[in-house]
Order: sequence, then structure tokens, then C-alpha cells
Amino acid sequence: MTIKRKACIAGVYEHPTRHAPDKSLAQLHAEVALGALADAGLSKADVDAYFCATDAPGLGPMSMIDYLGLKLRHFDSTEVGGASYTVHVAHAAEAIAAGKCSVALITLAGRPRAEGMATGTTPRVYNPAAPDVGFEAPFGPVTANMYALCAMRHMHEFGTTSEQLAWVKVAASHHAQHNPHALLREVVTVEEVVASPMIADPLHRLDCCVITDGGGALVVVAPEVAKSLKRPTINLLGAGEASKNPSAGKVDLTYTGARWSGPRAFEEAGLRPADIQYVSIYDSFTITVVMTLEDLGFCEKGQGGRLVADGNLVSGVGKLPFNTDGGGLSNNHPGNRGSMTKVIEAVRQLRGEAHPKVQVKNCSLALAHGTGGSIGTRHASATLILERE
Amino acid sequence: MAGKRRRIAPPAVNPETKPFWDAAANGTLLLKKCSACGEVHYYPRALCPFCSSDKTEWVAASGRGTIYSYSVMRRAEAPYVIAYVTLEEGVTMMTNIVDCEPDAVRIGQRVKLSFRPSDGGPPVPMFTLA
Repeated sequence: MTIKRKACIAGVYEHPTRHAPDKSLAQLHAEVALGALADAGLSKADVDAYFCATDAPGLGPMSMIDYLGLKLRHFDSTEVGGASYTVHVAHAAEAIAAGKCSVALITLAGRPRAEGMATGTTPRVYNPAAPDVGFEAPFGPVTANMYALCAMRHMHEFGTTSEQLAWVKVAASHHAQHNPHALLREVVTVEEVVASPMIADPLHRLDCCVITDGGGALVVVAPEVAKSLKRPTINLLGAGEASKNPSAGKVDLTYTGARWSGPRAFEEAGLRPADIQYVSIYDSFTITVVMTLEDLGFCEKGQGGRLVADGNLVSGVGKLPFNTDGGGLSNNHPGNRGSMTKVIEAVRQLRGEAHPKVQVKNCSLALAHGTGGSIGTRHASATLILERE
Repeated sequence: MAGKRRRIAPPAVNPETKPFWDAAANGTLLLKKCSACGEVHYYPRALCPFCSSDKTEWVAASGRGTIYSYSVMRRAEAPYVIAYVTLEEGVTMMTNIVDCEPDAVRIGQRVKLSFRPSDGGPPVPMFTLA
């Protein structure tokens, strides 16, 4: 069975807040849920499936289903970190294709900024029963230095430079200047990125994404529901997911799970990377984008630094416009989880609703990619290929 | 490096990993080798992650290896070097490189095992430049 054109993204909503000390987490989930339903032209009564990850407070999806007052016949709380929402889209499409539901709501929310969380530089608290914890936690792994291990090895094997990585942030900042909600709207230069304080060699402060409160939501519907709505129909053409890890000691930090999730999505869609007009790539760090683009097949392995350099990711300038909302690097990284906003901006591009300064002309094919967990250890990769009908 | 030391979180010890940490207390780094498929793996598991056999046995590592990748964590109470080290036995493990100037660390350098105490738990396997 394929999900190709079996489901559509009918509603998207990105919460405008970037700092929400005055709102509860459940409230943020509810606000984005209602925002996405309004965007689709649907109401709460139309929803028959709900998807969330562990950022939703309570028992799996049960507490938010209760809070929102949903009456459902399907739910799922797959948790794979920041990639969860790209996975949820694919799983919602599978459920729709199987006839288990017809209107699936997906929400993400978080308030790490309000809570004072130093997301990338302090250890997370993990269940001590996780089998890897005893063999990693003593050595001080945090998000930033785990991605840094990959960047260091990438530089060693392929000659990638800090300046090349910096171009990813530069492109994101060029896009964010047009986004009134972006946390960081100032355009930065390569020189400013490499001169920013070193966080975890070789990643500088401006190689790292922002920490923001807020959230987002998606409504995935059956094609017949999409046809009944006033919005452009955005079809899901292909989806791929993959897990990657240290392989019991056969560690290779030069690639991510996108090496597998990408080809799976392209095969289902019947497309190649050259067909894609716009990409949303989870940009937790600049290195994440470089490695992901290589793994998805937009260039040869090791050539990602050259691919992203010289403005090639800047919409209207380069060949591969990416993250035109400003991405996680400059716009928004709600709840420390980046794949939700990746899908939202891809849908905006396909609808022609991105900011006019960054809108890709006649954008009809887009890719959104999520990464969850740590590319330095274990992570999920999930790729979606979307089409405007 | 003088100055503050990073708190080393005590490793979680469970029945499956207790022999590893008992050996660590005696200065030995143990790996798991599968007697069915012959593969060495890390971190150690009761069941071989390659062939699923339960015939895995503890073997002592030589304690010699090379740095596969590293990063100096600057945004910390005291900077520290986290690394993956590839052991002579072929497996690559997460660790710290200690007793050196962080800026002197490079990929490919030879390192040797040196256990360091954790905060209230067994000592943990770290490495110094060889």
C-alpha cells in the first residue's frame, strides 16, 4: 500500500508567540489546534484523530484529548523527539489510507524559554533504565557537543569549513528578516557567525538554533475532505522514516538517517531530488542541514559544504531555497522540536502564502525533513514530499 | 588544566551491566564478544546486537585506541573534551579525553585508558593522550 495522494495537509498554524510565560502548555496546544482547524476551514467536531508526542502534557494523547474535548476514533503518540511531527504526518496518512480516520489533528507546543531551559548546553534527564545512559551520561553529552562531534568529523573527512557551515545561518537570517514573528530578524554575515563565541568546537553560538516558546499544528485529511475545502489541495506524495545510532560500536558520524528516509520518500513519490523546488530541513545546527542535504541526495556525500555556500540556500538567489521562514536558526524552534515548523513553511510555499520576498515562484513540489534525537548518537529521520495539486 | 572540575554523573548500574562496572572498579575496561558470530560490541549487551545470540562473553580491552572525533565543550562550568575513541578491538565508544590542554586534541591521536572517579558511583573509562 502507498500513501501517495491518499492524504492532504489542509490546515497549518504556527503560534506567533516566541515567549509565553503567561500561558500554560496545554493552552498553547489548544491554541495551535484551533488555529490549524480555522486555517483549514474545519471545526473541532470534524476531527476524528489526534497525534501528539511527549511535549503534550499528560498520559500520551489522553490528557489533551480531554482538555480539547475531542471525540475520536484514532490516536497515536509516537515520540521520536523533534522528528515526531513529520512522522505523525506520515502515520496520519497511513491511518487515513486505511480508513481509520479522515481528519487528523497534530499538535506541538513547548515553553523552554519561559522555563529558563538552556536547551543545547545542559544535560537532559533520561530514564536511567535506557540501556545507553550509563555508557554516555558520565561523559557530559549535551545537544550541542553531540552535533559538534559530527561537524568535527565532517571537517576532518571532507574538508568542510566553519565558513561553509556559517552560510546556512546566513541564508536563514536573510529569510527571517521578512518574518515579523521571527525571534532573530537581523541579517548576519559569515564573518559574524564564525566570530560568535565557540559553544562546542567547531560549532559557534550562531551555528545553533534559537530557544523559543510556542508551537504549531497540522490538519491532515482524506482527499475527499480536502476537495470540499476552500484551501489549495496539498497532497502527500511520499514519506520515509529511519533510525540511526552508534551501531553497537560501529560508529560512523558522517551521515544521518536521512540516507535511508530520503530515498524511501522519493521512491514512493516517484521523484528525484532535482524535482524539488523548495526544502524545509530541520536546522538544529548548521551542520544538521549540510549533512541532511547530502543524505537526501541533493549533492554527493561530503559536498554539502560547497552546496550551501555562497547563498545557494537563499530564496531568489540560490538554487535550493530552504527554510524561508528563517528556520530554527533564526525564526522559531518551539519546544526544542523543529519538524512541525518545517512542514508548516513547506505548506505555505506550496500554497503561495510564504512572504513575497521569499516565495518560490510556482512552487508545486516541496520536501520537509525532520531529525529527532541526536545525530551524534541515536536519532530518527523522517522525510515528507508534498505537492500542490 | 587547573580550576573547576566537571561533576561526573554516576553511571546507572543494572544487573546486565554490573560486571562491567565491577571490572571498572578494578581498572579493567570490559567489552562484550559474541561467541556465536565473533563480533565485539559496545556498549555491552546480554544479547548480541548483530546475531541475537545470548552467548556473549566479557573480554578485557587493551585500553589503547585512537580519537575518531571530539569536541571541546566551552559552554560549561569547566571546559571538557568529549570524544569517540576507536579501540584496538574495533569498537568505538563515547568518552572524555582528560589531563591535556583541550586545544591540543586532534582526530587520529593515539590515546590510552585512564579511569576517573564518578560522583558517588563506579569509576568511568576515560582516555589520556598516549
